[in-house]
Amino acid sequence: MSSELRYTANTQLEHLHARYTGTGHADITKYDWVTHQHRDTYASIVGHAPLLSYLALADGEATGRVKFEMTEKMLQPCGPPPKKEED
Amino acid sequence: MHLYNLTLQPPTAVTQAIVGNFSGVRAQEIIVSRGTRLELLKPDPNTGKVSTILTHDVFGTIRSLVAFRLTGGTKDYAIVGSDSGRLVILEYDPKANAFVKLHQETYGKSGVRRIVPGQYLAVDPKGRSVMIAAMEKAKLVYILNRDAAANLTISSPLEAHKNHAIIHHIVGVDVGFENPLFAALEVDYSESDQDPTGAAFEKAEKMLTYYELDLGLNHVVRKWSEPTDKRASMLLQVPGGQTSSEGKHDGPSGVLICCEGYIIWRHMDTEQHRIPIPRRRHPLDERSREVIIVAAVMHKMKGAFFFLLQSEDGDLFKVTIDHEDEDVKALKIKYFDTVPVASSLCILKSGFLFVASEFGNHYLYQFQKLGDDDDEIEYSSASYPENGMANPLPQAYFRPRALENLVLADELNSLDPIVDAKVTNLLNTDTPQIFAVCGRGARSSFRMLRHGLDVEETVSSELPGIPNAVWTVKLKAEDQYDAYIVLSFINGTLVLSIGETIEEVSDTGFLSSSPTIAVQQIGEDSLLQVYPHGIRHVLADRRVNEWRCPQHTTIVAATTNTRQVVIALSSAQLVYFELDLEGQLNEYQDRKALGSGVLAMSIAEVPEGRQRTPYLAVGCEDQTVRIISLDPDTTLENISLQALTAPPSSICIAEIMDASIDKNQLTMFVNIGLQNGVLLRTVLDPVNGQLTDTRTRFLGSRPVRLIRVNVHGSPSILALSSRSWLNYTYQNLLHFTPLIFDPLEYAWSFSAELCPDGLIGISGNVLRIFQVPNLGQKLKQDVIPLSYTPRKMLQHPTERLFYVIESDHRVLSPEAVDTKLQKLKGTGQRVDQEVIDLPPEIFGRPRADAGAWASCIQVIDPVNVRSVLEITLDNNEAAFSLAVTTFTSRPGELFLVIGTAQDVIVAPRSCKSGFLRTYKISENGTGLEFLHKTELDDVPLALLAFQGRLVGGVGKALRMFDIGKKRLLRKCENKSFATAIVTLTTQGSRIIVGDMAESIYYATYKPPENRLLVFADDSQPRWITASTMVDYDTVCAGDRFGNVFVNRLAAKVSEQVDEDPTGAGILHEKGLFMGAPHKTDMLCHYYVGDIVTSMHKVSLVAGGRDIVLYTGLHGSIGVLIPFVSKEDVDFIRTLEQHMRTEAPSLVGRDHLAYRGYYVPVKAVVDGDLCELFSLLPTQKQQSIAAELDRTYSEVLKKLEQMRVTTTGF
Repeated sequence: MSSELRYTANTQLEHLHARYTGTGHADITKYDWVTHQHRDTYASIVGHAPLLSYLALADGEATGRVKFEMTEKMLQPCGPPPKKEED
Repeated sequence: MHLYNLTLQPPTAVTQAIVGNFSGVRAQEIIVSRGTRLELLKPDPNTGKVSTILTHDVFGTIRSLVAFRLTGGTKDYAIVGSDSGRLVILEYDPKANAFVKLHQETYGKSGVRRIVPGQYLAVDPKGRSVMIAAMEKAKLVYILNRDAAANLTISSPLEAHKNHAIIHHIVGVDVGFENPLFAALEVDYSESDQDPTGAAFEKAEKMLTYYELDLGLNHVVRKWSEPTDKRASMLLQVPGGQTSSEGKHDGPSGVLICCEGYIIWRHMDTEQHRIPIPRRRHPLDERSREVIIVAAVMHKMKGAFFFLLQSEDGDLFKVTIDHEDEDVKALKIKYFDTVPVASSLCILKSGFLFVASEFGNHYLYQFQKLGDDDDEIEYSSASYPENGMANPLPQAYFRPRALENLVLADELNSLDPIVDAKVTNLLNTDTPQIFAVCGRGARSSFRMLRHGLDVEETVSSELPGIPNAVWTVKLKAEDQYDAYIVLSFINGTLVLSIGETIEEVSDTGFLSSSPTIAVQQIGEDSLLQVYPHGIRHVLADRRVNEWRCPQHTTIVAATTNTRQVVIALSSAQLVYFELDLEGQLNEYQDRKALGSGVLAMSIAEVPEGRQRTPYLAVGCEDQTVRIISLDPDTTLENISLQALTAPPSSICIAEIMDASIDKNQLTMFVNIGLQNGVLLRTVLDPVNGQLTDTRTRFLGSRPVRLIRVNVHGSPSILALSSRSWLNYTYQNLLHFTPLIFDPLEYAWSFSAELCPDGLIGISGNVLRIFQVPNLGQKLKQDVIPLSYTPRKMLQHPTERLFYVIESDHRVLSPEAVDTKLQKLKGTGQRVDQEVIDLPPEIFGRPRADAGAWASCIQVIDPVNVRSVLEITLDNNEAAFSLAVTTFTSRPGELFLVIGTAQDVIVAPRSCKSGFLRTYKISENGTGLEFLHKTELDDVPLALLAFQGRLVGGVGKALRMFDIGKKRLLRKCENKSFATAIVTLTTQGSRIIVGDMAESIYYATYKPPENRLLVFADDSQPRWITASTMVDYDTVCAGDRFGNVFVNRLAAKVSEQVDEDPTGAGILHEKGLFMGAPHKTDMLCHYYVGDIVTSMHKVSLVAGGRDIVLYTGLHGSIGVLIPFVSKEDVDFIRTLEQHMRTEAPSLVGRDHLAYRGYYVPVKAVVDGDLCELFSLLPTQKQQSIAAELDRTYSEVLKKLEQMRVTTTGF
């Protein structure tokens, strides 16, 4: 692959990633991947009313509360990111 | 295997409700979303009753719903956000009674995705634009307008995206006619994702951001963004903008921000106001956290507005804003009333509040007052420093009390949530009943569901003898109500007059010394009585014209309408009379000889504006039905003939609306009841008099009697056999449903002032007046209240009893309440007993933080509709599973084993200790004798009686127990399960284990070696919620995401496992894909759209096929019907394919993609979609039918047959 081509391919990929949040790539870290997974899951639970009711019923909470807590958790579902190695 | 999925009862939960003038007239309607269905409800402001006008399955997940109205318009439209990746604008067409899709704008991928809009919708209050947003990042704004022809137009979308922003809520800001403004509550996660120290996460701010749609530039700009409370959850629109005429402001504009514990009013560049959400002054409440607002509604009246906010406990608060034009002086809050926690609140202009409960029945309340001048404490932001913005804000309290401002007007039954169900025939009727445990907390209930219409009896009075027929009759054609009840006895006739009381009258002109065959109000103002020896025509002035039978003959049958009379003589002759213009009854010159004795006859009512009905149906002893002309040119000529399988007992011609046959006019049905209890329904062709489209149905063991009646203002047919059935029109389609009522011998319409739409019937010597209040509800419910959220239920093996276990999280148990009360009293504090004694069904039980449980075991007697016994659990234990079992070592005794756990944390699942509580069942099942308690290391989520022992799923382990003196004894164990065992079913020595996240395992027990071995599992991970064995090798299960599927084990493997005596072969087989050595094959897969909570293999009609019935969490009940022949499969599948193109989803979801949401649909046909065939325009019906090489009535017949022969619905 010529350097020019690689350059365009990368920008395209970057563009796609910017556009479709949550898309993975070859060098994704475990933390990023898991965080995306959790955010997707929470969004899916909030979007599917029966699932929200199911959790609310099991936990003895109002569905409104479950929805709120799920959305809150989307901010940082898996704790802080790991420390970056010095490079 | 191929399955046909049918919904018997659509979901009853309401996920969202909106109010508006959808039909364009003054009255307001409510549109509710039931998850996958849209329903239009109409509350009647006079009676306060809610009726369903239209339901429509959208074949998609409805996520958001708003009503909007164009500037200056009078009609509201509904905008729907769904999982289709499309914005859909719907209009209600009251003429066609249908939703019309005006616009469908595609903006993204389908499915419920994080960054695809659909979750939130907000409209500009002036109806100029709409914003649709996702959970994260994406926000699109559409401009709405009208074109020259006043049609609604929609622009292409404008983006208002913000990367890395999680959206909590959006709302349209009321700015009058300035540029439309939207407010969003957002959190940016980009910094906290980068900061390993966690400091950025701590500092992350929730921003209130205004997005302005610049109508001039056609562009959306982020106008203003300010941090607000970290725990803000919801935004509310505050009225604003200037009214053009006076230049006065409607309100201060801006938004209310609902936070945990507070409400903040906020607008650009002004000071904020904050008030606390008052907390309940409840001596037992021990929650550490503040409440949030879960539902809210703003209501504008002339020159004023207020908010009703509902906390997660169900308390309603009235919030008002004191303002001078745009300056807010104070934000005020006070306690209003307490109603069940809602998913949506709607205020109607007619003074009603519609509460769409998140769980359980929905309510319509009427406002008595608006809480203006009561002595409830009002908290105002003006009385706090800095308008309440100074921290800390002192805590506010209120005292909960019974309703003061609202009064209940109507209740809509809802099964939501069905937690568990059983199908069995306890009442020994023709069909089994469904027993379901529903609801949540103190509003839970045990419900017995029976297929049939509920009947409300108003009068029941005994008569001196046993009458064989009853009629009611008006005096004049234009009378609204009936005047007489006529009862025919074996040797006489009794006439009762209907007034303030019902009493006997003798001066009516009716012959009382003879039985009666028919009674009719005829012509303008005269009456007619047919008795065995003649006809009496009673004129208005009580003069009687009498026609007598020829000698040696009697009248055996008669049929009448307001202008025509036909009688059959014992000499097998027909005599025809017609009313002339002077009101004289004239006999037609010829009598018709039939050659066979007449058993039954019928003519239809005179069509409006006509002289006569042209057809007569006569049923004869030779097992035929003849259609005879009454037309003046061809009077009494034979037209057609239909042969029957048994002698007819009754015939009824009626013109009834059925949109599946004819959309525009009534269809003339000839119903023929046979002596063997079968009903034939045929359609009479109005042009040539031929009988077509015959459908049969078995009604009961007695000869059928058919009566034309009026129900809810439209003609219907009552069919009486050993059960009573009603054939009626509901939402333009014909339905045939049994009445849940004692069998009747005869019945007739009954209309009086007190009961304008009733029926009168006789059963034995009792005269009964009743009505059918709700035609929409085909399942009658008998409700027994429960104490806590039910978890599971089980039937006693022989007695008519159910054992229900109930447990509530975050609730104080009675034991904890007592200790706490003792403690409070001990410290000498005054305890507000009145608050403690408030009914828990409305106010809930005393709440606590996570980890507190209240739980009980209840014995329910559904036949006598009562709870027999309740055992409350102590030590913060909660019950999760139960089994009724026998033990080989204790023959003749029956035990109830309850799986409980102490101090359970729901997620991540943990407990201090699990237990198996063993009770001995005594006193025919009504007594429970506690024997012992066995400690376990995890929560037992599933228990099963197995070959004289007990098998339990204890966390990840499958264990087998036998009974001992002091405890249950562990016999063997298998710990190879992935997550936790949630379901157990068995046949023979095989145990089917459902894992919480890893699908179905096939295990077997090998007694010689005392081994529990897993020999097969699924190749897919699945979050099992319910399962049932369809046969020895096949299992049908449902998962948490709303799928149902069927898995089958290869016959060879099955045989091999059973032939291995010790299980050594399985034990040493090599595992496949890190699991069991064998994998099951998936045969069928289908997305239901509701979480399946129980599954049963049952037969719903006597002698019918076995089908799988499932219940869904949101209150749906559906069935999976196996196809019997390959032709049927091909036929219905082709029909389904056509339907996919001809009846596209209302929300624009691709049907195939929807039913294959997680896994592609496999070998299941969507019956609900196929049944929409009956609502298609006739032309489309015909073209589809032509492609299938059938007529459209054959297609309809096939669909009905699929439903009726297997479910009886």
